[in-house]
Amino acid sequence: MSSVDFSWLIGGPQGSGVESGANVFSKVCAEMGYHVFGKREFYSNIKGEHSYFTVRVSDKKIHSNVNDVTLMASFDAETIFRHFDEVAPDGGIIYDSDLEKTTTDDVHTLDNYFKERLHKFLESKNKPFTIPGVLEIAKEKGVKLYPVSFKGLLADLSEKTQNPKLRGLVRMYNVLGVSLSLGIIQMPVDSLLRSLDSIFAKKPLVAEINKQAAIFSHDYATEKFTGFSHSLSGNKKDPDTILVQGHFGTAMGKMVSGCRFQSYYPITPASDESVYLESHELLEVKHDRPGSTLVIQTEDEISAMGMMIGASLTGVRASTSTSGPGFALMAEALGWAGINEVPIVITLYQRSGPSTGLPTRHGQDDLLFAVHAGHGDFPKIVYASGDIEESFYDTGRCFNYSDVFQIPVIHMMDKFLSSSVVTCKRFDPQKITIDRGQLLEKTDGEYKRFAFTDNGISPRSRLGLDNGIFWNTGDESDEYGHITEDPQVRIKMMDKRMSRLDLVLKQISQDDQVVSFGVHDYTVISWGSTKGPIIDAIELLKKEGINIGFIQIKLLHPFPADYVKLLLKDAKTIIDVEANHSAQLGKLYNQNVLGDIDYYILKYTGRGMTSTEIYDSLKKIVQNKANKREILSHGA
Amino acid sequence: MALKLADYKTDVHNDWCPGCGDFGIVNALQMALAEMGIQRDKAVIFSGIGCSGKTSHYINTYGIHTLHGRVLTFAQGAKLSNPNLTVVAVGGDGDGLGIGAGHFVAAGRRNIDMTYIVFDNGVYGLTKGQASPTLKLGEKTKSLPTPNTNYNVNPIGLAVTSGFTFVARGYSYDVRHLKDLIVKAVNHKGLSFLDVLQPCPTYNDINTRDWYAGVDLAKESMERHSRIYKLEDTGFDPVVHVAEEAEVNEKMAQALIKSLEWGNSIPTGIFYQNEIVSPYSERMIDKIPNYLENPPSAQNISQNGLPTTDISKLLDSLQV
Repeated sequence: MSSVDFSWLIGGPQGSGVESGANVFSKVCAEMGYHVFGKREFYSNIKGEHSYFTVRVSDKKIHSNVNDVTLMASFDAETIFRHFDEVAPDGGIIYDSDLEKTTTDDVHTLDNYFKERLHKFLESKNKPFTIPGVLEIAKEKGVKLYPVSFKGLLADLSEKTQNPKLRGLVRMYNVLGVSLSLGIIQMPVDSLLRSLDSIFAKKPLVAEINKQAAIFSHDYATEKFTGFSHSLSGNKKDPDTILVQGHFGTAMGKMVSGCRFQSYYPITPASDESVYLESHELLEVKHDRPGSTLVIQTEDEISAMGMMIGASLTGVRASTSTSGPGFALMAEALGWAGINEVPIVITLYQRSGPSTGLPTRHGQDDLLFAVHAGHGDFPKIVYASGDIEESFYDTGRCFNYSDVFQIPVIHMMDKFLSSSVVTCKRFDPQKITIDRGQLLEKTDGEYKRFAFTDNGISPRSRLGLDNGIFWNTGDESDEYGHITEDPQVRIKMMDKRMSRLDLVLKQISQDDQVVSFGVHDYTVISWGSTKGPIIDAIELLKKEGINIGFIQIKLLHPFPADYVKLLLKDAKTIIDVEANHSAQLGKLYNQNVLGDIDYYILKYTGRGMTSTEIYDSLKKIVQNKANKREILSHGA
Repeated sequence: MALKLADYKTDVHNDWCPGCGDFGIVNALQMALAEMGIQRDKAVIFSGIGCSGKTSHYINTYGIHTLHGRVLTFAQGAKLSNPNLTVVAVGGDGDGLGIGAGHFVAAGRRNIDMTYIVFDNGVYGLTKGQASPTLKLGEKTKSLPTPNTNYNVNPIGLAVTSGFTFVARGYSYDVRHLKDLIVKAVNHKGLSFLDVLQPCPTYNDINTRDWYAGVDLAKESMERHSRIYKLEDTGFDPVVHVAEEAEVNEKMAQALIKSLEWGNSIPTGIFYQNEIVSPYSERMIDKIPNYLENPPSAQNISQNGLPTTDISKLLDSLQV
């Protein structure tokens, strides 16, 4: 059996079921034993603008999307106009044959910038600005075209099932697209039916209609659209595989780590996590009464931060989840948590800034902001996860770090991760440990919250603890927590707090600080969600005999300079890969390691990197044909 | 062992100006805590920023001196996580009704069982006397370069319309009356608000102690003419007795009308009280039945360093 590496794209107007279509497709492929890597792209809009989902399917473990689309399922004209050229020569396009007269001007959501580029391209190919025009280009490339009248298909189905309601039921188009696709690639229909049953478990009538439509269109494709060069008939399933959405990792990590208070203000792409936590607010606890996560939607991010700190002061593991603009509002209170040594975890799902920026698009542009957030000098930890599976375990780490070091922790996530849907190994809660550090269960005698100790960490009381009275203030304070402006106490207190940064570097295991995937002459340094596409790109190059190293830096503040230096001692060319404009990790590297970056691979279009793009750039670097700054731009 | 008033005092040096109205408030608060016999380690005073922000350091309970305008957010987070705490938040009128006005309104909507005391003096004292949100339009206190150009916030009216279920006003030089109001506010089931008129002897040369005492009026009439009077002395009934719209509307309306009285006669006492509105904890119980028995601060999350939360059902649902 030849290896399977198949990319499926479904597109349509926002609100037309693109996401649920993709979820069905991903579930079916995952159930059939394939590895799945899906990613959603969408506008900041509720209904009507173009959204699309790319699902890559393989019989091997995959960590990224690629540039080429193998099969595209479209049910509107815009998807065809925007994506026809991404379909590989041996790929196919399912499209609505009723759109054959549609011109670019008929599609009012096609913006002028895109239209201008498309028109120029079509002119160069001597094609009209129409659906047939772009499809001809695809066809000339070798792409197979699969015209289907979606309206006609529903009419036939309605007749066959004696169900007049089906006629013109536009919201069924996504199921038709999925079923036609699965028919074309010869995926058996059973898994699709099971998947529909589970999705519509609470609405058996809807499930029935969808299943009828699925069987009908699957049959239609199997019969009419034969001979496609790719088939996915099933694969050996890895045991203990789960299909997860991006925010599940941190959300479940929080449940298991014992986070019992989450305050948040709605913001893309972070609020999905909070909504998920609230949807599952009642928790089963082994050998104990049920627990719960109190999820509070606040009036703004400042309040989310204040409430979280208040909760943490009662000894509760507390957290918030936000994105750049919200985090900006939290900066003042972050400093308060810093000076008062309050353990908190902020899950920062980055998106593209500055300001509102590209609010529903990806970016890794808040690294330096996270490192420097808050006025004044105070210790904090900035820690980044590279994929969804990692984010589950890292959430546990972040809570331990915050408790043990009594310090705010910023857990860096991003939009690339949050809007991915992937298969991975079932999370293992028993691999998460819980270390509350010096949190007191009781106190006797005189208690000083900020007592000077050998390692700078004082036993921590909590509001309501018998005899544990303490004071906090945003002012500089003495050991009791009362305001002081004494210069000598100031020195001791600043030293006490700031000494924690050294302690962090000393106590966190090096494997949790930086992950090395091997170091070669050419070695990539990166952080966060670029991990997946980098791993896949390096794998591709390896097959060509080109060895590229990669170190993934997870602890970004305090920066593990000595360990990074040690890891990279044999590397000759350092390549920094990041989804931002100014190469923020590169700057931290310059500043801390005192070394130079030889090449940068950067992307700031708001779209995630594909492994294809990184592969291409790395190859250019090795061939000495690259620019110092390789700027990536793939993706609609 | 019964606690005495002295037990609620710390030995932290108090650096408020001589004659400051804040002294009366901190005394009243300590007296109220002593009278209620609240265990020192079961009470938390949260404070904002400014002169009033130092209050938490002068009281010998847990004391959390927070950020400018944000005191209610910290206080609510703590009370939600540990509903057994007695939580009192304090702050200036600039803190609560200027920079913190959004939190003030949002807190009203939640109606969490705690108390908020605003030290209301019409100026930003610690930054040398700028106009604060309660200073009247056109008034010029001594360090303002020109008369105030903003209309004033009506703290009582804003509290009533934001959803606070206990709304009262005290006067910092009537410490006993203020102490009684604090006791009632803390015992109220829901979010209570106390607007405390508090002369700033250094920067507010209009609403001075003498002005509140009506010394200027007395000169004309040769009689005692305190501007301050107590609503309870007039037979005013602030309580919503039945859960009927007409009753609620009437009580709210009379509170609003009373809140507009100023000048030569300034009402103190309870303006509005409604214990029919559900406190936030009841709304939580609707979602989380054992919230009060097992709130976040009481939950065990681990055993021997390993998590006890069982998410296997969730993971099963994701298994392919």
